[in-house]
Parts: sequence; structure tokens; C-alpha cells
Amino acid sequence: MKSVIVKNVLGLRDWIDQRFPLIQLWNEHVGQYYAPKNFNFWYYFGVLALVVLVIQIVTGIWLVMSYKPDANFAFASVEYIMRDVEWGWLIRYMHSTGASFFFIVIYLHMFRGIMYGSYQKPRELLWILGMCLYLALMAEAFFGYLLPWGQMSYWGAQVIISLFGAIPFVGETLSLWIRGDYVVSDITLNRFFAFHVIALPFAIAGLVVLHILALHHVGSNNPDGIDIKANKNAQGKPVDGIPFHPYYTTKDAPAVVALLILMAVVIFFAPEMGGYFLEHNNFVPADPLTTPEHIAPVWYFTPFYSILRANTVNFFMVPAKLWGVIFMGLGTMVFFLLPWLDKGKVRSIRYRGWIYKTALGLFVVSFLILGYLGLLPPTPARTALAQVCTVIYFLFFLLMPFYTKWDKTKPVPERVT
Amino acid sequence: MVKIISYLGLIFWAQLSMSSEGGTKLMQANVDIANTVSLQNGAKLFINYCVSCHSAEYMRYNRMAKDLGLSDDMVKKNLMFASDKIGDTMTIAMRPDDAEQWFGVRPPDLSVIARSKGVDYLYSFLNGFYVDPSRPTGVNNYYYPNTAMPHVLWELQGLQDNHGDAYQTSSDGEMTPVQYQQATRDLVAFLDYVGEPAKLVRYKIGFWVIAFLLVLFLVACMVKKEYWKDIH
Repeated sequence: MKSVIVKNVLGLRDWIDQRFPLIQLWNEHVGQYYAPKNFNFWYYFGVLALVVLVIQIVTGIWLVMSYKPDANFAFASVEYIMRDVEWGWLIRYMHSTGASFFFIVIYLHMFRGIMYGSYQKPRELLWILGMCLYLALMAEAFFGYLLPWGQMSYWGAQVIISLFGAIPFVGETLSLWIRGDYVVSDITLNRFFAFHVIALPFAIAGLVVLHILALHHVGSNNPDGIDIKANKNAQGKPVDGIPFHPYYTTKDAPAVVALLILMAVVIFFAPEMGGYFLEHNNFVPADPLTTPEHIAPVWYFTPFYSILRANTVNFFMVPAKLWGVIFMGLGTMVFFLLPWLDKGKVRSIRYRGWIYKTALGLFVVSFLILGYLGLLPPTPARTALAQVCTVIYFLFFLLMPFYTKWDKTKPVPERVT
Repeated sequence: MVKIISYLGLIFWAQLSMSSEGGTKLMQANVDIANTVSLQNGAKLFINYCVSCHSAEYMRYNRMAKDLGLSDDMVKKNLMFASDKIGDTMTIAMRPDDAEQWFGVRPPDLSVIARSKGVDYLYSFLNGFYVDPSRPTGVNNYYYPNTAMPHVLWELQGLQDNHGDAYQTSSDGEMTPVQYQQATRDLVAFLDYVGEPAKLVRYKIGFWVIAFLLVLFLVACMVKKEYWKDIH
């Protein structure tokens, strides 16, 4: 009996395989994809990002079933989901918690890439595709944050869109064009909804496919930054590589469960996360006539918000606000240049010298401080600190061609350790 | 030298953490939404004192009945106006325009007030009314200066004078100060529940979800160990 079932399943597989490259695709990307065997903790975050993406898409579909993108009903429909829809509260909290976890995972994933030089040749395009994903994710989060139509949704969007107004000559027209109205209104909500549920999810899904295709073409980097393809056995397989399945599928599984545990802790016991994941003021319906005292973006945007606010001086005939917008833009885009700024002879931080390690450490600390300051209302002392951190932030990139060249590197071993 | 640097650092830190908003210290609400009796008492106070001006337009009467262990009939008889249907939400008859004329502002909907303001603030607010003849309502509030809201619970609490942050009772109410604090605590607990009815179940479900995931985590770790035996 059993053999009949197996025979039929295998028959179906072969039937499909004759008409579609099923086995070939499986082998190229899973069964025969050789990954370095020395992946450490930092190598979980790619697959975790994929898991969070799936959670966001699935919960998103169910939220859209009950959400109403209408300025008069949006806030009420979210409360309807929270109260009257069966398990609606769980779906909504999974989505809101997932948004924050997406950024946690992506920031750690990017840090891994920087730490181990994963952007270096031949992975420049892989890095660029990843950066495009990061930008798309930021846009997705920004558009999505308007949808609950609370005070923070509304005024956050108002502030960010008005930043485009700082661009000379076309600024005002541009922000009017983005809003579709003189203030954020129903028409803005509708177009943000369209971008949030259709345009950007498509873009993200497509970019994820490209990101993975590029990765599997050049092969994964590893904590030693060694090219495992340089050492192949008689069968032409990398000696230090192991097939993704079953080795990394089984290794990633506990990490996925661990992520789910952390998410569950937030979802069930602290969905607001003290006002950082769901802001208190966003439980007040959007009111175009009442500006909140303190408008802060959600935590994952605060480093860049701090950079924006740190620009307080008009110079070269350019107003401070425009400098702020320019530096905020540069602050997100500058990562694209990493493959060409880094002149180091080694990839991994393990074989770099003290200069690079110090520079990276300072960068991380300044990024975290900027993020913390972005949550708080500005005071003179905070602004001064934000300015210092902004300078460090940009010096990390600006001076990279020099310190990576001067830095004393250690010899890289032949095989992975 | 080290001393000077650490001293400067301390000053800088103090300046950083200095908040720009006024730092009125709130009272601790210490609500317990697992206590059904407290929630029931809060519901009674809410319906009797708040719903004449404030709505809770996302909260349904029958949901409250179910969650607070009350029968629909009990709610209909004791907590609802005759015309309401049990599946209705807690709306009010007062027209927004009238409200604005009478109070200067429209009394806010209280469905999610506990989520935006926090329970400690609500508890402090309800305990913070003091006599102030300069206000049209005759009272002011320590935690929300110049509030438009009259002291609706004055019969229960009595009236108090404000001396800095210490109060002195100037006329006694039906309740002792301790009873009044308990009553307002119940009311705030009810508002906390109204803000998020799922709160009553999500802790319990969360415990089992995490317990299951922990078991799954152990199994996944064992599978990994078995497969990776040969990799060195």
C-alpha cells in the first residue's frame, strides 16, 4: 500500500519535472547549494528576515479583510479588528510586532554584512540588492504606519512629507503631489494603502528573489571571509561547504522557533512594548486641528530622524532644514557605496586591525545614540550630542578608504576555522 | 582628572535626561483586571457617572456582559437605557455641538483612553480635583490644569483643597478617602479592560503558546544535533 503512494508521488514529481525544472531548482538552491560550514550566530538573520516577511504578508492579508482605508472609518476599523473580529487582536499584534522585528532582524543582518565584509567583490550587487530591499522596507513601514489613522500616524506622515517641501523650487509642489491634498487627508490614506498592500510588497518580494539568486550565484560569505570555492574536492564540491539541506535547514529551524518565542513574548505580554512598538498617542484618532506636543517616528527611523534634527545651521545659502533632509538622505544611501569605500585587503573583522575595529565600534555606538536621541524631544545638550554622533556616523564612511588601507591586517588562513 | 571627567559626564547626563515637558509625578493606579468584582464595580461607576457625557463607542454591552460574568438581562436591567439593544456599543445621546457649547470641548470617547493616557494618569486625574472658585466648574485638577471636566464624582469623594501636592478635605463625601481610591481604582481597571478586552485572554493564551514553542525549540535543537554529528 505504502509503496503505491510513494510510486504515485514520485510519478507526479517526474511528471512535473519533465515540464518544469523542479529538481534542478531544488538542487541549485537547496539540496546542492553548498554553504560554508562555519556560519555563526550572525548568519541566522537572513532566513529570519524571510520568516518575518512571510508573517507580515499572511497577517497583512487577513488585516485587509477587515480594515477600511477611509479617513472616517480607518481608526474605528482597527478597533473593530481588535474587538469584534475573531482573533483579530492576535493578527493585528502579530503584524505590528512583526514590523518592529523586521527592522531588528534587518539591522542585525546588515551589521553582519559590514562586519564580515560581505559586500566586497564579488558580492557588490548582492549588497546593492539588499540595500534596495532595506529602502523598500523603510517605505513599506512608513506607508503602513499611516493606516491606523491615529495622531502619530497622521502627524508622522505630515512631518515626513513636509520634508520634501525643503527641496528648492519644486519642494512645495512635490509634497502637494505626494499628499494629493494640502494636508494629509483621505486621499493620502488611500494612496498610502495602495502602496502598502500592493506596490511595495510586490517590489519587496521581487527583490528578495533577486537577492537570493545573486547570493546563490556568488555563494555565501562566512565569518572568516574566505572563498570556499577555492578549495574543491574530487567531485568539484567545496571542501569547507555543506549542502544547505539538510544541514542549514535543520540549523535554522531552532533559530526560527527562537524568533517566534521572542515575538510571542511581545505579542502576548507587551504588544505596545512600552510605547515603542505601538505609540500611546496613536490610540488617539487622527485630528488635523491638534498637533501633538512631541512627534517622534517609530524607533527604527529615529537614527535618521536625529541626523535630520542635528542640522541646525544655515550655511552656503542653504537653510538648515534642507541640510537636514540632505544628510538624512545621505545617511541612508551611503551604505550603497560600501563595496567601493572599503580598500581593505581582507573581508572579515577577524583579520582586520585595531583601526577598523575602533571605527566600526564608534559607528555602532553613534548609530545607537542617534536612535535613542531621536525618541526624545530635543534639548540643547541632546542636539549637541546628536551633532557629534552625526559627524562620527559620516566619518566612518568618509574616512573608510584611508583607514581600511592603513590598517594592519592579519594573515587569512587557507581553510575556514 | 578622572574625577573631573566623571563629574562633567554626570552633568552632561543630567542635562540629557532632563525632560522638556512638565514632570508632574503620577499616582500609582495598581489596577488588577483579573479581578472580576473590581471590573464589575468599575462598570457600574462608569455607566452611572461617565456615560452621560463620554461614549465608549467601540465597546459593546454584550461583550462587557460576557467578559464580566454578567447575564444579558442583568446588564439590560441595571446598566443600560431601555432603548439600547444588547449588541450596541456604548454611545451617548448628547450631541457633539451641544457638548461643545456646554463644556467648551467635546468630551473624548473613552474606548481607548487607558491606552493613550495610561492607567496611572486616569487614576491620578480622578483623584486630583480640588476646589478652585476661579473655574466655571468650581474645581480644577492637579494633573490636568484647567480641565473643562467638572468633578462628577464629588458626591462620593467630597471636595478637597489643594496645598501643593497635599490635599485637605474641605467637605466630606459619601465615601472615606480609602473607599474613594478603591472606587476610582475599579473604574480605571474597567477603562483598562475597555481599552483592550483581549487583555483578559492574551496572557493565558500566551503562556501556552510559549510553552509549546519551547518544546518545539528543544525538538528542533535535537534534530539539528543529530544531523550535524558528522560535521567538524
